[in-house]
Amino acid sequence: MNTNASLLDLRNLYVKLPGGAERTHAVEDVSYTLNNNEILCIVGESGSGKSITARAIMGLLPAPHVHVDQGEIFFNGENLTTAKESRMREVRGGEISMIFQEPMTALNPVMTIGKQIDEVIRFHTKIKKKHRRERALSLIESVHLPDPKHIIKAYPHELSGGQRQRAMIAMALAMEPKILIADEPTTALDVTTQAQILKLIKELQQSHDTGVLFITHDFGVVADIADRVAVMQHGKIVEIGTTDQVLNHPQHPYTQALMRAVPSLTPPAVREISDKEELIVNKLTKTYTSGGGWFGLGEKERVVHAANEVSIKLHHGETLGIVGESGSGKSTLARCIVRLINADEGEILYHNVDLRPLNRKEMRPYRSKIQMVFQDPFASLNPRSKVGRIIADGPRILGVETAEADKRAREMLELVGLDARAWDRFPHEFSGGQRQRIGIARALALDPEILVADEPVSALDVSIQAQILELLADIRERLQLSMIFITHDLRVAAQVCDRIAVMRLGEIVETGATSTLFSNAEHPYTQELLDAVPGRDWHPQ
Amino acid sequence: MNHSAKRIRYVLKRLLQAIPVILAILVVNFFLLHLAEGDAADVLAGEAGSATPEYMAQLRQKFGLDKPLPVQLAIYLKNVLSFDLGFSFRHNMPVSQLVLDRFVPTLLLMVSTILLAVGFGIVLGLFAASGLNTWRDNVISFFALITYATPLFWVGLMMIVVFSLKLHWFPTSGMENVAMFYEGWDRVKDIAHHLVMPTITLSLFYLALYTRLMRASMLEQAGMDYVVTARAKGLTERRIVFVHILRNALLPVVTMAGVQVGALIGGSVIVESVFAWPGLGMLAYEALFSRDLNLLLGIFLLSALLVVAINLIVDVIYSFLDPRIEVT
Repeated sequence: MNTNASLLDLRNLYVKLPGGAERTHAVEDVSYTLNNNEILCIVGESGSGKSITARAIMGLLPAPHVHVDQGEIFFNGENLTTAKESRMREVRGGEISMIFQEPMTALNPVMTIGKQIDEVIRFHTKIKKKHRRERALSLIESVHLPDPKHIIKAYPHELSGGQRQRAMIAMALAMEPKILIADEPTTALDVTTQAQILKLIKELQQSHDTGVLFITHDFGVVADIADRVAVMQHGKIVEIGTTDQVLNHPQHPYTQALMRAVPSLTPPAVREISDKEELIVNKLTKTYTSGGGWFGLGEKERVVHAANEVSIKLHHGETLGIVGESGSGKSTLARCIVRLINADEGEILYHNVDLRPLNRKEMRPYRSKIQMVFQDPFASLNPRSKVGRIIADGPRILGVETAEADKRAREMLELVGLDARAWDRFPHEFSGGQRQRIGIARALALDPEILVADEPVSALDVSIQAQILELLADIRERLQLSMIFITHDLRVAAQVCDRIAVMRLGEIVETGATSTLFSNAEHPYTQELLDAVPGRDWHPQ
Repeated sequence: MNHSAKRIRYVLKRLLQAIPVILAILVVNFFLLHLAEGDAADVLAGEAGSATPEYMAQLRQKFGLDKPLPVQLAIYLKNVLSFDLGFSFRHNMPVSQLVLDRFVPTLLLMVSTILLAVGFGIVLGLFAASGLNTWRDNVISFFALITYATPLFWVGLMMIVVFSLKLHWFPTSGMENVAMFYEGWDRVKDIAHHLVMPTITLSLFYLALYTRLMRASMLEQAGMDYVVTARAKGLTERRIVFVHILRNALLPVVTMAGVQVGALIGGSVIVESVFAWPGLGMLAYEALFSRDLNLLLGIFLLSALLVVAINLIVDVIYSFLDPRIEVT
């Protein structure tokens, strides 16, 4: 074997898509190399072909529809595109391993962690069962999972998201592979967990001299972990270089545009906010109870305080950010305020009227005043309704004449920057960003005074995200809206919010003006969140 | 975390849950039958040709049919709780004895049918899915479609014509050859021989259903992320199909089978009458037309108990197959 060759060397790789797809090739003319003990980040937005390239290396393309039709993949001098299936099985898991985005679905739900790790060792070596177990235990320990003897017998659903990804990494590293391909391994994780997993990958990569191919859409993560970066767009590599070159001196216009779209961690200048209070939430409490009963034979009673005596104030024209990790109760709080779920105790004061105890009928006049924009633009629009109907339905239900409602809906379409032709089309004909615009138009059609946005941009690519944030800021100014903006992304929060409330385990731990909070956080948890933001030391120009 | 202790608690909890269910079934059954026009006295009188009102009243008094409904219900519940299912005036026998006599053949037919349908359904579905769109898949799918669409009674009759009358492989009817007075293993063999045709007839429909379900379920699971992971680990396709996909694909089939056990008792009426199988289905059919309410209530109760018990068994099996089901 050629010892001078790179660990991995892709030469003019083309991956063919089946006929009828948007483009003929998912990957076009892609060349890059990966060396020992190096982390190469492949960055790009969804559909850029970054994951397909990784699957091509592993020989995991959904053949025969999608296949490599030109180019070579050299692994230690061996051409993998022509390797036999039996050889590829040796390579997979043995010499090149892979970890995935969603550790819950990537692990078999009905098999214990121990068994899933054991399988890898069993199919690549002839080690006896007892030794395999010892090896699995030491692997689990090496990824810093607590109590390996317990973990080895646990099923995936019994672990947290971060623990599952650790187990996944332990499995991938079982055979000490030369290359680890990580396909968005931290995208589904909370920011503090993400920081820990990134640290773990770096640590293991250095101690084992592994070459890591790290696929991500997040430039913050790139700044933290990469040695070199390749930027992909529409299946092609537009720019490749060291992290410093690409992040700080981008050459290609696409890379430059992407950099501009990444929200900065430095909050913009403070805006003038009126003292008038639009909404006061006072000691709002929502508790979920499950289990119990059956004379002690049922499961142990579990009480979850989704919101525990939460108090916030929203001023007129202000954007109040609610920031927290998954399970912190921020979505529950939003839904309680919009009265999609009923809070147990506390007050929701809107112009001195307590909305919490109102029944359906009494609530009706206030419904239009507080509207919501949802996270998932794919799931939150009725796939069977045309866009015009989705937007006009709200006013119509509240008694506006059909013609009048339609007129208003058309205005809203224009306001959110959609073509009037969108009226007669179904939601699935639009992209994610366009759908989120429809969602916003739907909320605005009711002429609300308060907009509650629940992670409105977290399902979107960074460039689309920037556009939607711009739209929201523009609308807020024009319509004099007050906004409650829920997010887990501190970069977004820094740019959008005037004040921020930090939530953890159903409680607000700290509230303050955005700039104060970012420069001078008082609560240790806020500090922890800020420290965990990927790429916090990198400031895009 | 002790899985087996949890499981015992789970079973106890489920048994506890079954009590109100069974009580509700008893009450509902009782009222349901009283909604029907006519009672045992009407039928007996009708069969006798004529009866005076005095005679009818006398009959009703004898059977306790003249008492107000709530009183009759209370008496019924009290009797059931002391394991007295009443007396069948039609058969002149205690209901419990009648029902228990017929219970064993029905259970035999049901269990063998379920095992055959689920077992072969899984195997055929697996074969069809693993050779997607090949001749194997096409043959199996075609077979499933045909059996799915063919009426049970017709299959039964045709089987009798072909395998009993022409080929003389299997007996035409009954559960055993009573005239031979078999003992021990000979008797088991004789009953098994009689069991073949009713079982096949009854299971064909369900076999087709489970084949299609299993095929769809295998295909769905094959597209899941964990299958990609398994491939990325370098496992063989064999291992991926038989260990990873199979166990996940079984879950909906087991669920479906659990739900359909109840329907099997109903479906068995046709097969029992075609093959003169001495089971509950036949008995229920007779009881229905002779307005033998006591007997019907007994059969209903037993069927309900059977369904509750089988659901419990299925749930326990399910908790073994899918660890995500919390058995606490």
